[in-house]
Formats: sequence, structure tokens, C-alpha cells
Amino acid sequence: MNAIPSNPSRREFLQTAAVAGGGLLVGFAMPGRWTEAADAGSAPFQPNAFIRIGTDDSITLIVSMAEMGQGVLTSLPQLLAEDLEADWRRVRVEQAPVDAAYNNPIFGMQGTGGSTSVRAFWDPLRHAGATAREMLITAAATSWGVDRSSCHARDGVVHHASGKKLTYGALAASASKVAVPTDAPLKDPKDFRILGKALPRLDSPGKINGSARFGLDVRMPGLLTAVIARPPAVGAKVTGFDAKRAKAVAGVKHVVQVDGGIAVVADGFWAAKTGRDALDVQWDPGTISGLSSKDIRAAMLERLKTPGLVARTEGDVATASPAATLEAVYEAPYLAHACMEPMNATASVTDAGVEIWAPTQAAGVNRAVIAKITGVAPERVSVTTTLLGGGFGRRFAQDFVIAAVQVSKAVGAPVKVVYTREDDMRGLFYRPASVARLRGGLDGAGKPALLDARVACPSVMQASGMGPPTGLDETAVEGLREWPYATPHVHVEWSQHEPGVGVWFWRSVGNSQNAFFAESFIDELAHAAKQDPFAYRRALLDKHPRHRAVLELAASKAGWGSPLAKGRARGIAVCESFGSFVAEVVEASLRPDGTPQVHRVVCAVDCGMTVNPGIVRRQVQSAVIYGLSAALHGEITLEGGRIQQKNFDDYPVVRIDAAPAIEVHLIASTEKPTGIGEPGTPPIAPALGNALFALTGKRVRRLPFKTQDFAV
Amino acid sequence: MGLGSVRQRRTQVLHLAAFVSLEPTVITLNINGQTHAVDVPADTPLLWVLRDTLGMTGTKFGCGQALCGACTVHVNGAATRACTTPVAAVAGSKITTIEGLSAHSDHPVQRAWLQHDVPQCGYCQSGQIMSAAALLAQNKAPTDTDIDAAMAGNICRCGTYNDIRAAIHTAAGLMRKGG
Repeated sequence: MNAIPSNPSRREFLQTAAVAGGGLLVGFAMPGRWTEAADAGSAPFQPNAFIRIGTDDSITLIVSMAEMGQGVLTSLPQLLAEDLEADWRRVRVEQAPVDAAYNNPIFGMQGTGGSTSVRAFWDPLRHAGATAREMLITAAATSWGVDRSSCHARDGVVHHASGKKLTYGALAASASKVAVPTDAPLKDPKDFRILGKALPRLDSPGKINGSARFGLDVRMPGLLTAVIARPPAVGAKVTGFDAKRAKAVAGVKHVVQVDGGIAVVADGFWAAKTGRDALDVQWDPGTISGLSSKDIRAAMLERLKTPGLVARTEGDVATASPAATLEAVYEAPYLAHACMEPMNATASVTDAGVEIWAPTQAAGVNRAVIAKITGVAPERVSVTTTLLGGGFGRRFAQDFVIAAVQVSKAVGAPVKVVYTREDDMRGLFYRPASVARLRGGLDGAGKPALLDARVACPSVMQASGMGPPTGLDETAVEGLREWPYATPHVHVEWSQHEPGVGVWFWRSVGNSQNAFFAESFIDELAHAAKQDPFAYRRALLDKHPRHRAVLELAASKAGWGSPLAKGRARGIAVCESFGSFVAEVVEASLRPDGTPQVHRVVCAVDCGMTVNPGIVRRQVQSAVIYGLSAALHGEITLEGGRIQQKNFDDYPVVRIDAAPAIEVHLIASTEKPTGIGEPGTPPIAPALGNALFALTGKRVRRLPFKTQDFAV
Repeated sequence: MGLGSVRQRRTQVLHLAAFVSLEPTVITLNINGQTHAVDVPADTPLLWVLRDTLGMTGTKFGCGQALCGACTVHVNGAATRACTTPVAAVAGSKITTIEGLSAHSDHPVQRAWLQHDVPQCGYCQSGQIMSAAALLAQNKAPTDTDIDAAMAGNICRCGTYNDIRAAIHTAAGLMRKGG
């Protein structure tokens, strides 16, 4: 799992890429120190798929994961550079092409998600760097005729005790002939000079002057743009179309049918969209086109009455006899990702193969899927991963890449498929709606005696095709099943319910709703026990010291229990997800019109060792804002099978004028790193709900929080 | 919530569709100090002329409805949403895009953005920077309230708002010291 092939297939890949593309890949470069996948060129020392050292002392580090804001173009090179003893100022970074050498060790395929990048590559990249360093030291020692133990490497130079030194560039040719060691030692963390430092992001320079290239920015000679007329309602199918009015629009070249709908292909976006809007399409409404949110909700609540698959069971909730019980039903809606960059992809299908340029989280899946649907051999499918204008799980899906390939094949030209914001929001890739019934019991001392929970929701893993087709979907219960509080009888189960609306991975996946259920309910138990919600939780976490530590740190930094300005209150929540522990304290009030306002969020985070604490801090801030947008506004609804939201006017998100001050405090740790892109999201909704309960005495169990919920 | 209508009012969108023609015609644009003659339908949004006709892709497409600010450019110095601005409406106006904000990516706002390492995915940041630069051109010492008012039309789904706020204060300081 943690060893990478010592002489993997980068060169072989480049040969196949040349075949597929009819020419060498030419990486798009931008200011700063980052390029897209490029020709490996003449760098003589390429000890593995991740490192190239040229005779000019250039050091190119290859990043296998997609950059969607989470900082992998900086953090993964930090992992390599530390044990390589590279001169960080000379490091350049390149996006990996698609190749098995770049598979995510956790997924077994090349894909970015699940907050895995750093934890998956911590060992492999450190070993890759250390292996290259040892080869460079051996090359220097050999050239000097000295014992290699008298040599050491630092900042891209090998030094000998005598004072002699050679740069990595000078050693590149000879190092390439050294046998690859299998036991290169890793640096002691106390000697780290790059890992653990809040180094500036390497991709920032191109992101402040417009030169950074995202998927939508891909250009090439002869490129056409397609906008697709999509089903107006869930389940609707094309029965016919008339292209005449679309083709009358200046610039429209083709109108073709693909799996996703009818594509209008033009010489630019505006003509394509104008043509799409003019197109006449007849739709068969299909069998589920009458879906409404009201009916879906009723069916899900009904489903809660029937037993499901058991996710966890301890003790016996059926026979437990607590001193007091309470029961509550919680609800969470469908959510769109609303990445800033609408979905898009560019493809060129020729006799030689398929070339794809895409803002994708899953280049490896793209290749496999496209090979399967086109019948082209996988090695003749190339994928260039551009920068991603947000991902949040949405860009793990294949719909936009498949559309680009199908349209390009149909029209015989390179095509960029662009979703409008409305297409994107109505694209049927949603965080599942979910409902949960929780029954809790208290013993005579007010401590939890039982938790009996049942969740009803659709299966993301089944929808994705990446999990088992039947059985328990762990994402349906994650964040609730882990209930960490000392409770003698615990039972959690999942009753699957599939209304037929497309569901997908959304930042923090099941934790995004289940932490709201669990962390609101423990607050209800604390209230029923007439105890402080922080102290109540803390006393129940003896067996979960990392939960307890972040809970205590967040409470301490937030001044839990200290007086607040009139009209404000605090709420707290803690959640473990993706291996990391995050506690958040929210300070909130109500505006005169009754809408909740969040003033301050104090976060305490234990994500093991940090590669780049600056990036970690920002990821947590990001996750808080993302979760806050959902808690305050996020809701996709249906009426007559149609998605009722379309753009940022009816799917509002938090803007700067509603953004709280967010403080992030990190627990110093020597544990291996765990996830950080997502774990900040789950606690924010319950922490806010708990603050609003403390303020108003109203317990709102249905997201998003609405103005009337807390009106007094 | 009425959020949309509030944002619409805050943006300085030019709506001149009433007199523009749909027929292609040569329109002369002054962008970043250079003159460009473009042959496009007059109602084509400036955004797509910049991106598709002229290849200036730094200005981004986010919503197409002047709701998110990713397409913000300056028209005669004012922050303007290019996605709802018909190109004919800005013929003869002085247009500045992110590519032309400074010759060497060293406008005080850009320097402050780097100092605070603001971008995450970065997609909205061209628009954020253009809105911030327009604010600071008029207000050398904006308060947090001023920043909220000027920047609320620019969405960032990565939630970089804390860093944006700090960077604008830093940029204001740089400009007061002579930029």
C-alpha cells in the first residue's frame, strides 16, 4: 500500500500518450510554479513517477491528485521535497497525466476525494523522496570515492565531510544509473524543515492574475462549444426534436442527440446557448415525472416505520428501561454542490484515440469509463486534469466527460461541453435527502441509557456504482453510527428509500446530515438532563480522548460559559470524520427579521500531523462556510418532477456579509495525518442549531433553518 | 429572502438591450488600453466576447445572471458584471479585465492577495480582485461594513471571506503608503 513502483511507467505512458494524441502532451504553464501534465523532456534523473531532476538543477514534482482548492499542488510536493532534501525555492510542480502509477492508494484508482490525498500519499511520497535522495548521495559518494556515510544532502546539494559538494543537477545523470534502494530511511520529524510549515501555495500566483487555466478555459484550434437541452423533469426522455430554429442562430454548426439530451454545437458559448434555448424538443414525461418534495418527504417518514439494515448494535435497546425517554425526528434536504465553475469538459475523438481535458476529480475513472463506452483501448484515452473551480464531490461524476466525448464523436471535432448554472444546479447529483428517528433514554443520573436510531435515505454508494450494489451503505449512517458518547444500549439502522432523484457525494457525504442528527440529539439529552451541553458531552467521552480534546480546546478558546452580548448565545458540536476530529463553537443571534446570524465560529481540529498548517486552517474555514450555507439556505426541492431551484437567487449561499469570523485551533499531534478537506463541515449545522436553541428555547430539527423557525 | 434583488441593485449592471440589434456588426472595444474590433451580435454579453472571441479567459463564467460576481470587470472604473452586459453597451468605454489590472501582477490588491494566500480553488478570485480594486479606487480606508457592501455580490464557494477581508485591509494600507 505504501510503496510505489520504483521504476514505473511514466516513460511508457508518454509513449502511449503520443500515440493517443498524435503528438506529445504540451502542458499549459502559468506563472508561479505549476504546469499541467507535460512531456517529461530530457531530465535525466526520474527515479519514480513523482520526481524529475534536470542537469540544470530543476526539480519537478508530479502531483497525482486534482487541485480543487484543497491545496494538493502545494502539500503533496511538500511531502516529496522534505525527504528528497530539495531546495523548496527551486521546486516546480506538474499535474500528473492519467496512469496507474498515480492511483490513489486508498481507492486503488486515480481519483481525488474523501479527504484522502495527504493520508493516502504521506508514506508513498515520503518514500519516493527518500529513495531519490539516497540515490543522489550514492552517486556523489561514488564520484568522490568516499564512504556514503560521510555524505549528506540538504537543499538540493550533496555535501561531503571534507567540504566537497555537488548539486542534484550535477548528479542527475550518474544518479540515474544507481540501483534503486528499497530501504531508504525517512527523516525524523524533529528534522522537518518543509513538512509542517505554512508555506505559501504554489498555485496562488496564477490565481491572482487570470492566468490559471480551469476546465472552462481550455482553448485549441477548431474547438466548438456545446450546450445541451436536458430533461426538464426527473425521468423525462426525448421523443423528438426540431433543430430548425436552433440552426438559424448565427454560429450554430450542429444539433446532435446524446445520452444527456440534445446538444447544440456552435463556435462559442453564447451561440450554443442561444441555439439551445431556441431548440424545439418533445419530451416524454416518464413514469416518475410527478415527483414532489412533499410526497418524497411523506414517503421517507413512512419508511422510518419499517426496520432496515443494522449498522451498529450494542446491548439491547428493546429491553432497556431508562428512567426517562425522548424521541425526535430529524430531516435534511437534497443539496446541490454549486461549484463556482459550472460543470464542463473538453474532448477530441479521432481515429487515433480520445483526448480529454477536464476539471475532474477522477481522471482514472474517466479513462476507464470512456474506454468502455467508446470501445477505444484505455491506453488510447488520455486525460489532462485542469484546475478545478471547486469539486466538493461533484466532479467525481462522469456525466460532463461522457457528454463531451459523445458530442465530439458525433460532430468530428474537438468540443467543449458547458453546463449553464441552471443546467449544473438541475443536474440531479444531490446530497441525499434524509430523515432519522432517534429515541434516547436517560438513567436516574441523567446519563444516556440508550440510543435507538433509524435513518431513511437513498444510497449514494449504489448510485455511484462504486460500492456494493446491495447491503448496508455506510455513508447513509456515518456520523450517527459512530455515536461516541458512553451509552450502554446503542442501535443504529438504515432503511433504504429511493425516490428516484439522482444522489451523489457531497462534501463530508453522510456526515453532513448525520452529525446534525446526532449532535443536536445529544444536546437534547443534555437539556433533558438539565446539564450544560459542553460538560455533559465531555463527561461521556472517557473512551474517546481525541473527541474530548478538541471539544475542550474549542470550548476553552471560545470562552464557553463566559458572558455574551445581549441577544447572543453559543452552541457546540463535535464530530469525527475522515479520521479527523473537529469541534466547533458557534456564537449566534437573530436579526430583527428573525433570520439567524452567526458572528463567530471557533474550531478545534485534530488531524494528526499537519503538512501545511496554513492550508489546514483555510480548509476548515472553507468547510465551515460551506456547511453554513447549507444550514442557513441549502435546499433542492421538486414539484411536478421539476427541480425548483436554478441559480444563486433561489439557491442562496453565504456571502461575505454573512460570513462569521472563523478561528481555527490545531491540536499538536504526532499521529499520521488524516483528512482535512471535509471534517470541518459536519459540526457547523448542529453547533448553530444548538446555539439557536440556547437563545430561543426552540429546537429546530429540519434543515435548512428558516426565518419563521425561531421567530418570537 | 430577497437576496437576489439586493445583489442586483448592488451590482452596476448596464441594461441597454433595448436599442441593441441582433445582427452581427463590428464593435470597437477598448480593453486594457488596447483597441479590439469584434464582429459579433450586439447583444452578446461582454463576458463571451472576452472569453471566446478574444481569448481572455481570466474573467470567469459563474452564473450568467449577475448573481455571483465571477465575471466582474471594470467599465470606466466601475465594477461591472460582464455576463449581463451587452457588448454594444460598452463600445467606447474603458474596459479593464483581470489581465489588465496591472502590468506585472503587482496591483496592491494582487500583492495583498498573495500575502494572505487568499485563493483556494481560485475560480472566483479574478472577480473578487476586480471588485476589491474598484472599491479601493473610491475608498482608501474601507471599514468592514464598506467591504461587505462592495463585496457581497461576489460569491466564493471555498469560503475565503475571512482572508478576503484581511487582504482588502492590507491592500488599503499598501495603497495609502503609495501602493
